[in-house]
Amino acid sequence: MTLTYVASVEEASEALASQGYLADRPLALAVHLAVALEQPLLLEGEAGVGKTEVARALAGATGARLIRLQCHEGIDVHHAVYDWDYPRQLLALRAAEGGVDEGELFSRRFLLRRPLLDALEADPANPVVLLIDEIDRADDEFEAFLLEFLADFAVTIPELGSVRAERPPVVILTSNRTRELHDALKRRCLYHWIDYPNAQLERAIVHARIPGVSETIANRVVTAVGRLREHGDLYKLPGVGETLVWARALLALGEDADLDETLGVALKVHEDVQRVRSRSVLDGV
Amino acid sequence: MASELLEDAVTDQLSALTASLRAQGSRVGMGELLNAHRALEAVDCTSREDARLALRAVLCSERGDLIKFERAFYDVFGDARVPLGVSPFDELEGMPREVLPHAGIPATAPAPPQADADPTAVPAAWSDVELLRHKDFAAYSDLEMALARELIARLARRGPTRLSRRTRPSRRRGHTPDLRRMVRGSLRTAGEPVERVWRAPSRRPRPMVLVLDVSGSMTPYARMLLQYLHASVAARRRVEAFAFGTRLTRITNELGGRDHDRALERAAEAVIDFSGGTRIGAALASLNRVHGRRVGRGAVVVILSDGWDRGDPEELALEMARLRRSAHRLVWLNPLAAHPEFAPLTRGMRAAIPHTDDLLAGNSLASLEQLAVILEEI
Repeated sequence: MTLTYVASVEEASEALASQGYLADRPLALAVHLAVALEQPLLLEGEAGVGKTEVARALAGATGARLIRLQCHEGIDVHHAVYDWDYPRQLLALRAAEGGVDEGELFSRRFLLRRPLLDALEADPANPVVLLIDEIDRADDEFEAFLLEFLADFAVTIPELGSVRAERPPVVILTSNRTRELHDALKRRCLYHWIDYPNAQLERAIVHARIPGVSETIANRVVTAVGRLREHGDLYKLPGVGETLVWARALLALGEDADLDETLGVALKVHEDVQRVRSRSVLDGV
Repeated sequence: MASELLEDAVTDQLSALTASLRAQGSRVGMGELLNAHRALEAVDCTSREDARLALRAVLCSERGDLIKFERAFYDVFGDARVPLGVSPFDELEGMPREVLPHAGIPATAPAPPQADADPTAVPAAWSDVELLRHKDFAAYSDLEMALARELIARLARRGPTRLSRRTRPSRRRGHTPDLRRMVRGSLRTAGEPVERVWRAPSRRPRPMVLVLDVSGSMTPYARMLLQYLHASVAARRRVEAFAFGTRLTRITNELGGRDHDRALERAAEAVIDFSGGTRIGAALASLNRVHGRRVGRGAVVVILSDGWDRGDPEELALEMARLRRSAHRLVWLNPLAAHPEFAPLTRGMRAAIPHTDDLLAGNSLASLEQLAVILEEI
């Protein structure tokens, strides 16, 4: 299956499922649209609901190459698009004792390609899924640059000229909402909020991701996680990621291991753990 | 003490003057401002004319600046030649701000003193502002609120910063070598990196979270403090604003935008429990849970509340502890703390104090200035 075959919502859903990613219909639809309209898809949602996994699964299913740009504080064009290999340039300069002209020094030989440039220069026969992860960690300036980048999938390297993608990559952006993104960037993207899955879907996810897990374990873990999320008084709610680890923990410890004892798998804030234990939230699961 | 106050007042006035000049398009920087200080020290300040000429010499750099300077000087220090109460603007009743071009009357400049309805108040804008600075917000008249607006806007621009991982070229040696510029430089010197150049981390605004108590007991202060919230959201990036009485409402989006009055209106609409009861603990609980991500690591959290709490003090203490652990710094502004006999006796305040880094007054412009100073040091 290649990207061109993600031609309907059902096919998007199947493609993701083939990689063990069970998406509800709204998400499958959003992915389908991102491919069909060649428009970036912005995914938001609580931690651990599988935002990043969408890109991985899509790339895995369609045989596209996954290129990932992990955003971080202070990221700029030289982290994201290209940089020059300065140490080697300096060496070359010294070795030639100044007999190097500028064009040679700033040629492809000394160019370090970063993820965005990679995505632009990918072979059109072999499509690319570009994952721009945790965009909210980057600053406003980078966001502004990204807006330009996403508008025409081209960048200009002053010494070399401009590079344009022959075929725009499928772009998936994720944000944890530590800050509000700029309206202009949001307007450029399709938007989807990934919610916690319902119990039925989450059980299916557990089975799909962890082969050999018993019905009992899936039931217990999904019920427990559901109760924690409903409890409403916790600082950090467990995501799907935590559900999966918890299921693996039970698989290792045995079906009827005590959930209260393994609570540290799902909750990482001391007060939360205490609260759940003292109020016997997980009794009877 | 008196001379210190005077000095502060001079600084304020000079900042207002340079701001007004800038609003008219003059290029007046920090250097000019410092020069203006020095110039004032050098001349006889009791003579209005001398001070004016000295400032003009320092602050104007081309002919076109002169007329701008006269306007700015008039705005800030008042016009000695116009007798009290006879301002042409009075007859227009607020019209000039709308009709006249901004270049003439900067919309943000303090109103000329003649606009003051109370003739016994103060003759010159100079001392007017000084009085305002220490006056309790609760005792403000509508006019004074309008006067204070510009001052608040100026205070709101001063906020916390932090070192960024982004770097910029630096003259100081010892940071990261700037290889990019070194390669460029060596091209000129036959491959020999003769000149050493460096890059140093730059400073960025640190995220700030403002949490305003709008319950009944805070009514006299809430309006002015809400202005401060609005000005902060408008002036700086990475500012989040919340209001609470019995429940917490995020009002960052409502406070956005340049139109001051519309913003305050929108915020008031969004907050359903204006002037009601207080449950600080519950409000902070929702801040910690629902908006925990926005508070994030490294934010400065400022709580503006008098600490009258009908909720559970234990919950308040717990949530304050949590907030302090996740925030970079936790500041509490309590309008009651301005009172000389203030002691944190309310249950809420007693529960909260062990978890705050700074406790400030927050009842006057002077106390907001104190906050600005603390924020700048962070």
